[in-house]
Amino acid sequence: MLKTSTTDVVSEKKAATTQRHGFRLNAKDNYYASIFLGPSLLVLGLFVFYPMLKTLYISLFLTNTLGKTTVYVGLSNYAKLISSPDFISSMGVTLFYVAAVTVLTVGLGLLLANLASQKLPGIGIFRTLYSVTMGVSVSVAAIFWLFIFNPSTGFFALLSNALNLPVVNWLTNPTSAMWAVIITTVWMNLGFTFLILLGAIQSVPNTLYEAADVEGASPRFQFFNITIPMISPTLFFVSTITIIGSFKSFGLIDLITKGGPTNATNMLVYRIYKDAFYSGNYAKSSAEAIILTIIIAFFTLLQFKFLEKKVNY
Amino acid sequence: MSTVLTNITKSYDSEKNVLTDVNAEIQTGEFFVIVGPSGCGKSTLLRMIAGLTPISEGEIRINDDVVNDLPPKDRNLTMVFQSYALFPFLSVWDNVAFGLKARKNTSQAEIEERVNDALKMVNLEDLKERKPRELSGGQRQRVALARAVASDAKICLMDEPLSNLDAQLRIKMRQEIYALQRKLGLTLIYVTHDQVEAMTMADHIMVLHDSKVQQIGTPAEIYKYPANEFVAGFFGVPPINILPAVKISDGRLNVNNDFEVTVDQQVPTDDLKVGIRPNELMIEKTDELHANATVKTIEFLGDEKIVYIKMSNNDLEVAAVVASDAEFKAYDSIKVSTTEKVLLFNGDGVNITRNAEDAVNA
Repeated sequence: MLKTSTTDVVSEKKAATTQRHGFRLNAKDNYYASIFLGPSLLVLGLFVFYPMLKTLYISLFLTNTLGKTTVYVGLSNYAKLISSPDFISSMGVTLFYVAAVTVLTVGLGLLLANLASQKLPGIGIFRTLYSVTMGVSVSVAAIFWLFIFNPSTGFFALLSNALNLPVVNWLTNPTSAMWAVIITTVWMNLGFTFLILLGAIQSVPNTLYEAADVEGASPRFQFFNITIPMISPTLFFVSTITIIGSFKSFGLIDLITKGGPTNATNMLVYRIYKDAFYSGNYAKSSAEAIILTIIIAFFTLLQFKFLEKKVNY
Repeated sequence: MSTVLTNITKSYDSEKNVLTDVNAEIQTGEFFVIVGPSGCGKSTLLRMIAGLTPISEGEIRINDDVVNDLPPKDRNLTMVFQSYALFPFLSVWDNVAFGLKARKNTSQAEIEERVNDALKMVNLEDLKERKPRELSGGQRQRVALARAVASDAKICLMDEPLSNLDAQLRIKMRQEIYALQRKLGLTLIYVTHDQVEAMTMADHIMVLHDSKVQQIGTPAEIYKYPANEFVAGFFGVPPINILPAVKISDGRLNVNNDFEVTVDQQVPTDDLKVGIRPNELMIEKTDELHANATVKTIEFLGDEKIVYIKMSNNDLEVAAVVASDAEFKAYDSIKVSTTEKVLLFNGDGVNITRNAEDAVNA
């Protein structure tokens, strides 16, 4: 009898704990939860969720030049965008830009991080130099690179002159303008990517390499069969961060090319900005913003799914 | 066919040597244990044999070839690390196959055969698809061993391979490593700080201390004829009792002013220390008048007891091993004496017991 009652108490306690773990909160818990979560929910709601929902709302209407909604049109803003060659070309430009920036940033970052992780005298100087772009603001970087790209006094022009090569006018030719933006973005991103990858490489236990040394693995074999798999979660993380970051690129484009020449660098975010604040077409621009949000949400989701599976190897 | 170390010296900052003038010859197929307290340079010595740490001075020969400047992969050896150095992203099977794949001179069929054989030898066939994180400590240890087995290198280096395991598993793996070494005829160079591991497994032991070799010998030689006070104290549990002594006459010594001992030899100097193993120390209960010591604590070990004793003079502490039915309790007044099986050390701690010098120099 006594035994049964003890078991009952235990099972009741268990049930209570399970409920807690299942987030079925009682009134008191609710009260504390709202006190602790309230402030951040308020701020997030005001500055993130409200604008997001408002954008979604606007994208389903036509708007006047003040941004006021006029006629409900459903998904017709989206339909128009998808069938507009202008928007498609802008998407193409964006995708090319994102792909090039990601491949170059992660590739170069990996190369530099691998070099800088070698134990050589004075390597600290290189580590500092490679990560120094982290401290440069977008506007400074843009002005700095504008000087470099300048067709008469820039570094590239002087170099071409010295080598008797034709001078490229970087920012007026559609192809080279795109590359100018890509180079500048990669240069800006490199410091951060380098630092994160360097940290990952340095946290690979040294005995793994020593074991491989003894077993006769070449440095190349070790790089591809130890370093890369060991840092793969970090590699994926920096790739996703770079993809998302370059989809959202705005400052550099505004300062260097303003989307030109002939829309060659008219990336999605810059387009959203121009459609809203130059053309006053808030509905169109809202629909574009929602499309961008969906793309970025997709990559974020991918990142979470992949890291969940991959983080423990 | 052996591994020869000649005048090996290592220093990192040219001020203090990590190792000074190490000489040793390791025969093919023997179980050679390098033992010493932490910081004595034993891992450094092993890493120099492996080629992972450069040598400052001296020469290492493997099978008559000087290997000082050879990279690790060309020394034809394998190594088991304290952390096991398993690749977390590879299965057990791929971990064992890693070295064979890396060398790129083994056919796929041979790799399969050797890896499967190695896994069978360490009883891991059923777990070959698992990742290291899904294994227990002992199983991880076995994967590391299998990696050494799968390689055709005949020299295997092990750096404290058992120190991450619990006590029971350590005893089990000790036997497995020993059996494996015998079965494969490996030359095994094994680093440990654990004197029991050294005693139980080694054909020869090298005792390192203060960056110098203290003694090289078989476990029996090292226990019976320790070269000096340090070696005597390092081997044996509880450790040997060291007490000051003065010469009364040739063959007669006064130990710590507490008791006397007869020794069967000439005693050259007056500055002496006597080493008495705990099982050679004799104790009997007595009245306070005749006592020369007091019992401090007692440890019961089953078939025997360790009695920790405080000597009356100098407050020195000693330990004695007695039968478990001997009745002693804390604060008992006792009379301590010894059998004649004592070791004599001079003031510098060098063993001067008759026969010891011959045995050490042999």
